[in-house]
Amino acid sequence: HARSRSYVSEFEVCKLESVPLDFGDYHPLKPITVTESKTKKMSRKGSTSSTSSSSSSSIMDPLSSVLDGTDPLSLFAAAADPVTTAAATDGTRKKRDRDDNSAVGSDFEPWSSKRGEILARYTTTEKLSINLYMGSEKGKATTTGSAVSEKVRTRLEELDDLEEGSQKELLNLTQQDYMNRIEELNQSLKDAWSSDQKVKALKIVIQCSKLLSDATVIQFYPSKFVLITDILDTFGKLVYERILSMCVDNRVTLPDNFSPESVNDTAKETCLNWFFKIASIRELIPRFYVEAAILKCNKFLSKTGISECLPRLTSMIRGIGDPLVAVYARAYLCRVGMEVAPQLKESLNKNFFDFLLTFKQIHGDTVQNQLVVQCVEIPLYLTLYSPAIDWILQCIAYRAPEVLLTEMMERCKKLGNNALLLNSVMSAFRAEFIATRSMDFIGMIKECDESGFPKHLLFRSLGLNLALADPPENDRLQILNEAWKVITKLKNPQDYINCAEVWVEYTCRHFTKREVNTVLADVIKHMTPDRAFEDAYPQLQSIIQKVITYIFDFSLLFSVEKFLPFLDMFQKESVRVEVCKCIMESFIKHQQESTKDPVILNALLHICKTMHDSVNALTLEDEKRMLAALINGFIKMVSFGRDFEQQLSFYVEARSMFCNLEPVLVQLIHSVNQLAMETRKVMKGNHSRKTAAFVRACVAFCFITIPSLSSIFTRLNLYLHSGQVALANQCLSQADAFFKAAVSLVPEVPKMISVDGKMRPSDAFLLEFLCNFFSTLLVVPDHPEQGVLFLVRGLLNVIQDYTWEDNSDDKVRIYTNVLHLLSAMTQEAYIYHVDKVDSNDTLYGGDSKFLAEINKLCETVIAQILDHLKTLGKEETLKRQSQLALYFFNTILAHGDLRNNKLNQLSVNLWNLAQKHGFADTKTMVKTLEYIKRRSEQPETSHFTDLALRLPLQSRT
Amino acid sequence: EVLSGVVVITSKDTVQHQGISLTMEGSVNLQLSAKSVGVFEAFYNSVKPIQIINSTIEMIKPGKLPSGKTEIPFEFPLHMKGNKVLYETYHGVFVNIQYTLRCDMRRPLLAKDLTKTCEFIVHSLSQKGKLTPSPVDFTITPETLQNVKERASLPKFLIRGHLSSTNCIITQPLTGELVVENAEAAVKSIELQLVRVETCGCAEGYARDATEIQNIQIADGDVCRGLPIPIYMVFPRLFTCPTLETTNFKVEFEVNIVVVLHDDHLITENFPLKLCRM
Repeated sequence: HARSRSYVSEFEVCKLESVPLDFGDYHPLKPITVTESKTKKMSRKGSTSSTSSSSSSSIMDPLSSVLDGTDPLSLFAAAADPVTTAAATDGTRKKRDRDDNSAVGSDFEPWSSKRGEILARYTTTEKLSINLYMGSEKGKATTTGSAVSEKVRTRLEELDDLEEGSQKELLNLTQQDYMNRIEELNQSLKDAWSSDQKVKALKIVIQCSKLLSDATVIQFYPSKFVLITDILDTFGKLVYERILSMCVDNRVTLPDNFSPESVNDTAKETCLNWFFKIASIRELIPRFYVEAAILKCNKFLSKTGISECLPRLTSMIRGIGDPLVAVYARAYLCRVGMEVAPQLKESLNKNFFDFLLTFKQIHGDTVQNQLVVQCVEIPLYLTLYSPAIDWILQCIAYRAPEVLLTEMMERCKKLGNNALLLNSVMSAFRAEFIATRSMDFIGMIKECDESGFPKHLLFRSLGLNLALADPPENDRLQILNEAWKVITKLKNPQDYINCAEVWVEYTCRHFTKREVNTVLADVIKHMTPDRAFEDAYPQLQSIIQKVITYIFDFSLLFSVEKFLPFLDMFQKESVRVEVCKCIMESFIKHQQESTKDPVILNALLHICKTMHDSVNALTLEDEKRMLAALINGFIKMVSFGRDFEQQLSFYVEARSMFCNLEPVLVQLIHSVNQLAMETRKVMKGNHSRKTAAFVRACVAFCFITIPSLSSIFTRLNLYLHSGQVALANQCLSQADAFFKAAVSLVPEVPKMISVDGKMRPSDAFLLEFLCNFFSTLLVVPDHPEQGVLFLVRGLLNVIQDYTWEDNSDDKVRIYTNVLHLLSAMTQEAYIYHVDKVDSNDTLYGGDSKFLAEINKLCETVIAQILDHLKTLGKEETLKRQSQLALYFFNTILAHGDLRNNKLNQLSVNLWNLAQKHGFADTKTMVKTLEYIKRRSEQPETSHFTDLALRLPLQSRT
Repeated sequence: EVLSGVVVITSKDTVQHQGISLTMEGSVNLQLSAKSVGVFEAFYNSVKPIQIINSTIEMIKPGKLPSGKTEIPFEFPLHMKGNKVLYETYHGVFVNIQYTLRCDMRRPLLAKDLTKTCEFIVHSLSQKGKLTPSPVDFTITPETLQNVKERASLPKFLIRGHLSSTNCIITQPLTGELVVENAEAAVKSIELQLVRVETCGCAEGYARDATEIQNIQIADGDVCRGLPIPIYMVFPRLFTCPTLETTNFKVEFEVNIVVVLHDDHLITENFPLKLCRM
């Protein structure tokens, strides 16, 4: 016996009431605010449309926005480069590097950023050897011999090894083994130091630096330098810190810029001892490196120590005969110098000038013989110099006046425009400096002799500079022409693409699509023969990236004729998908307005199709999600304005293209639903025959698309949502079909569903869905050929048959909510309607037969509830029983007509049941009672007075 | 001058003793090398050590020391024996000049006497007057070499250079420059060899022995022609002392510049040095 209600007046009352009661307000996750306070009276009504529409209307997908910034994962991937990590374990050292360089200024590119690059670039597949004489320092001179050693030799060496216990010679090491060994040495250095074996530590360092005098396997030398100077840095740090700790008087540590006078004698003596010990090292190269490593310790001895030491060490390098070994020694000295005393520029310059003086050695007999033995070509050999010279020049160029740079350039010129130097000048000097003189540089590059350093590297370096700084306006085109003239003549595709990759950026930056098109065409022309592009995917990818960074107007981009043909070069699927992703990301990021440009659409559809087609059974979930997000982003950006039919046909096409990605299908259904609602809005609710047909087409689209989805809940929600849309568009039979489909789907709901990769029980979701569903059913008119409340009955049957969790009360909760629905259905005018759809209130007009049906239904439901309450009579379920009883009581209170005696008695029984076993919350009970009393003061509910009297309040005690 | 310091005695219980004394000893030990006089002679004929200093002072009279850590400060004046000169500490092969300080604790009958010895270093006071620098220029070519068997087989070379001074202050490094102007054969290494020359006088005449103290490489590999390479060597402490000439023995120093060519030709140029402390 539902009480009759006047929703309008109740709503008025509730509005006033809801101010103090509005506890839903501060819960930001719940979409409903005002209606929340009325949940006691009816099931949630407004929630249906609000949840689903929010997803379709947002322009920027939150997922895709994550992709725009620096993706932490890809950063990891970059850092996890196996070569770098192997040696980059010493994190503290890196940190120190950074700290120390901050004294120089953050604009100075620190060594730590270079080392990884060097390690990755200078590798070898040849076997390496380590020679260590840990016993006596006067071991025989290092005769490492050829690195590629025969088996016999190894055997002999092993025999030697047994005889001389102290000598360790490790042969036939792979590069990785070698690096591990060095790392082991680094560790044993630290161990020796911490166990107070300072002499052993020094010996390790000496032996390590001795390795640097060995230039066999010359390709690996730069990497070897990096590894070993790491050890030297560690050593230098250990010594410095040890002496510093000796200076601690009365627990007062020295300030950073201490003066030698404040250093105590013990510390000074120890420091001096180190220097004496090092000065007596027999061999030149270890003596140099170890002294350079502890250069900083000069601070303890005298103020001018460092400034005296640096020039001496600089000239000491002159004694190193091998020019490559010498130049790296110079680089190390510059590095230490920059770290310890960046103000001392002269020795930097002197280092460079000394290097220039010894430059002729490279073409001398000794070096040439060495190269012949090692089978290394001159151009390759010269590139080995680059890291060291780059570093030296970078140190010199740092905050150097223009005059100095000009002078340096002149000096390089004097050496016959040596390409190697030119290249280093270009990579070390400020980009602006280079850019303003680009034409000069091009001239110089052209004059360089062909034989030595590869020219394409020079153009590459120049291109890198031009990508950073702009050359003078007037020269721009000429520069491009001159450079490209050379680049296009490069025969080797690898050389070519390395150059082109760099110059594309310059082109995109300063020129229009015509030039970009030409450049792309040229790249295609060079890379297509013999499928050369297969070896150049990273470069080609970077070209695409550069192009889309500068041309993000997509209609312009796709009007670059060669862009799509360029994309065709990515024939390896994984790379092609990567490129497509980049393009789509850029599109989503930059495209502000929705578009219907056929060029863009065609091109992007093609790209999206490529991405979609890459999905197969092995694709990871995350990958799929990302692809789907990108495609969704694209779909959202497509709009044909008022041309709804074309829009729909686009969606149809998209559906056929992207059928393997469920999120895309979901998006399409939402989009089509939105389209239908859009149509309705345009027609202001009155569909013409044409629009009605169109809307039905939309609905049909949804109806046939939904079953292809696999997730039950997505399907359920979409059925409901589409049903609501159909209803709103007066497609009653279609809406019925949706609802029927939803009803018949409910039994298939699994017990557990996966949420964010975890398995969760599904009942909460089901409960929410069913409540949602029921509140929609209120306005769904009965089908003329089916019985009264056909859908509600159907749904109830399904709920009845559904296998619920054994110890859950969800079924009863749903039944209680059904009571809310049924009571709402008996009202003369329903609380809400769909515009232009007659609901049951109008259809039946409060027909008594209809009401009787509802009452019958109510009784059945109440009987079910009471049955369930009885089963909860056991000890362990009493609390649940009490809660449910109170919940049910509240329902009756809100919706029932308590003037009915039976109902009145039932409510009193429920009240008692709730309190019976002392599980009721006293506060709630008191509040409920107060509420009843307050209601009894109102005229139409005066019968509450009686009720209140019949409800005893059980005290806790 | 005065030698000063503390004697530290640590014990768990009180210590009964019969006096603690300090003894200072200094002597020159000469050893004849087997090479110059023969094995037996060397064994039997080692020259008697020359005592430079020998004195004892009593620190504490017999008594008891409390348990725990006891520190007894002392000051010990350096008094030469007769008209002997206080030479600098020097550890060589055939000549050793060593100074020690010995602390003795005499103890009652049943316990052993306790002794602790410790070496202390004597540096002579800096000599007065100015050191006159004596720079040396040198040129080495096949023609300047002595002691060559087949001059014709020698590769051509020209090495120039100079030493800033052969009169060196012991605390300052030896400096100079060396230029390989040209060399037919590749240079393998250039080294500075510091050599001490010890001469011991005895009844049968004298024995002169040269031994290497340290060897410092100043060039490694085929160095750039025409580019000056620095000569720089720090004199090692303990193994060097100011050049010493006495009636009984001499300690002198020399430096050799050794150029090793790739065909293993060894070219050596010798320069006597005079070391002093300033």
